[in-house]
Amino acid sequence: MRAEGWGWRYATRRAWAVRDLDLQIDPGERVLLLGPSGSGKSTLLTGLAGLLDPSADGSGQQRGRLLLDGVPARGARAEGVRAGTARSGLLLQDPLAQTVLARCGDDVAFGLENHGVPVPDIWPRVAEALRGVGFGYPLDHSTSALSGGERQRLALAGVLALRPGLLLLDEPTAMLDPDGARALREQVRRVLEVTGATCVLVEHRVRSWLDLVDRVAVLDPAGGVSADGTPEEVFGPAGTGSVGARLAAAGVWVPGWEPRRPPAARQDPGGEVLLRARGLAVGLPGRRHPGTAPVVREVDLSVAAGTARCLLGPNGSGKSTLLRALGGLVPPRGGTLTATPALADGVGPQPHRWRPRELVRRIGTVFQEPQHQFVATTVEEELAVGPRRTGLTGPPLRDRVAELLERLRLTGLAAANPFTLSGGEQRRLSVATALATRPRVLVLDEPTFGQDSRTWTELVDLLADLLDEGAAVVAATHDEALVTALGSQPLRLRDGAPQLPDPVLAGDLR
Amino acid sequence: MTATSASTDAAGTPAGVLDGPAEVDHGAPLARANPVSKLAVALVVSVALLLTVDIVTAGTALALELLALPATGLPPRVLARRVAVVAAGAVPAGTATALFGVDSGHLLAGLGPVTVTSGSAVAGVAITLRVFAVGLPGVVLLATTDPTDLADALAQILRLPARFVLSALAAMRLLGVLAEEWEALRLARRARGIGDGGPRGRLVTSAGQLFALLVLTLRRATVLATTMEARGFGTLRERTWARPSALTRLDVAVLAGGLALAATATAVGMAAGTWQLLLS
Repeated sequence: MRAEGWGWRYATRRAWAVRDLDLQIDPGERVLLLGPSGSGKSTLLTGLAGLLDPSADGSGQQRGRLLLDGVPARGARAEGVRAGTARSGLLLQDPLAQTVLARCGDDVAFGLENHGVPVPDIWPRVAEALRGVGFGYPLDHSTSALSGGERQRLALAGVLALRPGLLLLDEPTAMLDPDGARALREQVRRVLEVTGATCVLVEHRVRSWLDLVDRVAVLDPAGGVSADGTPEEVFGPAGTGSVGARLAAAGVWVPGWEPRRPPAARQDPGGEVLLRARGLAVGLPGRRHPGTAPVVREVDLSVAAGTARCLLGPNGSGKSTLLRALGGLVPPRGGTLTATPALADGVGPQPHRWRPRELVRRIGTVFQEPQHQFVATTVEEELAVGPRRTGLTGPPLRDRVAELLERLRLTGLAAANPFTLSGGEQRRLSVATALATRPRVLVLDEPTFGQDSRTWTELVDLLADLLDEGAAVVAATHDEALVTALGSQPLRLRDGAPQLPDPVLAGDLR
Repeated sequence: MTATSASTDAAGTPAGVLDGPAEVDHGAPLARANPVSKLAVALVVSVALLLTVDIVTAGTALALELLALPATGLPPRVLARRVAVVAAGAVPAGTATALFGVDSGHLLAGLGPVTVTSGSAVAGVAITLRVFAVGLPGVVLLATTDPTDLADALAQILRLPARFVLSALAAMRLLGVLAEEWEALRLARRARGIGDGGPRGRLVTSAGQLFALLVLTLRRATVLATTMEARGFGTLRERTWARPSALTRLDVAVLAGGLALAATATAVGMAAGTWQLLLS
């Protein structure tokens, strides 16, 4: 592939997403594409996939040329479709949005049908592609029953069935848990070894992919490429080199530049107990699952002021479900969840019975997906919603909002629409909205998941401050570094039940 | 078969809206028939019954449909659950006709202006039977047909545009995710302290929630569209079909059966003298 002074501007945007790009990638190369957010990495991948249409009624405006095998990328794609094989295959982040059909075999066959592959050839190629990614389910297995990691693997098979010469991966593991991510990386490695395909990868977490690529290219937001070479050349020895420093400052997880924090010196059990779970069982929310068994059961847990409790365990072990109960959002299916008088402060002891405005002053919950929680049209208004519900008005309300904007570096974005913020900004805002009502317990679902290194550091600093102020933090996470940094006693869940008795609880009972 | 895989996985994820019928005997004639022929039968029966409201035609059609039920491969338990939905429409409709319909014949019961006469009672029974007789083929169609197979048949046999049919199918798959998103949005709003402002507050909250759902779904749909386009969707005029959908002798029999059912019911109604064209 070759880019010659290539640039692209989406019709809906004023700024150019990519500018003045000169880059050549030879067959068989495996290139890691880096750059701060907004430097046009995803746009380049979309362009290489032939999905950007520069024609008059297309999706944007083009400068220069983007060539695949010497042909403009868009034309190359159409040519490939006619020939029955794809020039390029594209794998994106969101597992839920990349499954097209209801049965696994049909989903892989979808691309082959679109490419006009003769029917007798389709099913052998489906089987071959599924074997290639180590997919163990039968062809008629339902795609809705797959985990995120399995879905990504299926999507990869759908891409590989078309035998693309160029594999384009846009943060394919960003939404997977560590086990799922590791498995997908192994499959990609095997596929590249077997097919010898060229690969262009966009990824924030550099270290885990480093031994898979032989070249690193860094896109400059101002246009063009700011560094290009082997990983050693680009990053230099660990912890040195200006490129590494610059990337790390921009939030890329550069090897040797990972944010480091001294483990918190704080010791459990901390202050007074605020929340106490005894034999707690929790089911799925909503009326659709009345008869199903609880997802989580037999949880004994105490949450004390000034301490962090981290819930660990593989996906599907019930962490998020348990969090929803601890956050007072769903009623327990069995056992009890009690707010001690220190937390309840005048209302009843059962958090799920509290009215929403009573709940936000006592327990704040931050969902994994920030967009689920946004209810206002500006960042400033978003922060005012909670405090206003608790009766705060006038200058005190304005002061509190201003203080939060300042603390979470959102002041410059006060008038922006929450939905238009970047991923890291949305995460900071969702945490800020939960803090706005000054709850004594903060419940977070995967707070550091998919975040760049800069947002990671800011979040950890903020949570540590909260603990020092005497709040309690409960977080579901895969991130062992977060557990260490918060000095948390982890509670490990497996198949919906704790693996070991809670050490903090034991102290609480004594 | 896939009966177990389609129910729930370890994490308790509910079955998707596009999952094929899980509790059907897949060897039964009506389960094996092409979705298009089942659709045609449902339409023919509906049209025949919509022409008239009479107890004999609707009753005959319903009786014949009940006789054909063993051919559907649906276990009685599943059938009962699905028919309950039809009953929820049929019984109130019939009752309302009996109570408030045009009175004729002798008075059976009355309370002020609300009267049940022999004429309105017969009309009420006819309406109930008719809703059942129209609804039952639809229930069987839905309960024995996999949406993917229906899409294949619509595109290959009825020649509906592939782009349209497959887009609709892919969009339906997103619906399954929608229900979960809605629940998450509801809980997220409680976590924000909203939703206890009385009926008006709840209405405002729901409207905001709907808007958020729309935004999230559009974003996901955009990614799905990119995925589909990246796999060549919509580039070729003539795509191939990995699951050929064809009409067989079984479908001829099913269609003939449907026509015979509609014709017999109409003939019996005419012979009994109760059949009357609704629009005349």
